[in-house]
Amino acid sequence: MRWIWIDKFIQFESGKQAISLKNVTLAEEHLHDHFPGFPVMPESLCIEAMAQTAGILVGEAKKFQEKVILAKIKKAVFFDYVKPGDTIKLEAKIESIAPEAAGTSGRITCSDKLVAEIDLMFSHIDQNLAGKEFPEENFVFGSDTSVFQSLLRDVLAGAGKKSEQD
Amino acid sequence: MAMSRDEIQQQVQEVLVEALGVDDDEVTAEATLMGDLGAESIDFLDIVFRLEKAFGIKIPREELFPAEDLMNNSELIHNGKLTEKGLAELREKMPHTDLSEFEKDPDINKMGDLFTVNAIINYVENKLNAA
Repeated sequence: MRWIWIDKFIQFESGKQAISLKNVTLAEEHLHDHFPGFPVMPESLCIEAMAQTAGILVGEAKKFQEKVILAKIKKAVFFDYVKPGDTIKLEAKIESIAPEAAGTSGRITCSDKLVAEIDLMFSHIDQNLAGKEFPEENFVFGSDTSVFQSLLRDVLAGAGKKSEQD
Repeated sequence: MAMSRDEIQQQVQEVLVEALGVDDDEVTAEATLMGDLGAESIDFLDIVFRLEKAFGIKIPREELFPAEDLMNNSELIHNGKLTEKGLAELREKMPHTDLSEFEKDPDINKMGDLFTVNAIINYVENKLNAA
């Protein structure tokens, strides 16, 4: 089963940008160790949440046909702590996309306060420059995309009309 | 709107500092991207994306860093060195790069050294002048 670290998308503009939410709770066990008496969301997991938000955005842009792998953290700057009870908003934007890779920029906010700026690079690994081959099966998105449908439930419910216009 | 070579150089330097996390003074004109500045394959794409943004140009795949195509063609490589045909191909594909040193010993392992800061500046300059 896949490890999904964001809760849902609230906005999704194919090939352009997406906004997701993650609720942070003290029920997440690692927060008890990070740190005892001072629980804050590890910054590495903030990057993971952005990587999932931006990664799904990049994957969807090619209809989940490419194997999209996080290849580079271009920038990760943190301005504030994320604590239990917080809902963080992750905004990701595709800055560039090519057959072999994509670059994204992103911001994490909590109650409109800037928490982090995270810019990433994703590789479409079947199109890698070294010509390396990978298993045919799409181990990134798989054949079952229902989990992404569920993340997109609000967007899909609200966007029916909009996509008809496009 | 034409940019001077100094302006191009400065912009290219900024791009490389940001893409590779190196210091300004490391990005000399002769510095090689892989050897001196530690660039890996994904960095090349990052650099291409950033150059496209910084200069408002479109960089087709293989135009700026065309080596991979050559590497996979057995007709162009013999005993780990580029053949005459391979060299001719390289000259055609990399007009922005000074190949005179490389031609003396066209060892494919040294091909990485062809990607210098200067080659990028030349490439961008040609591209902007052609526009």
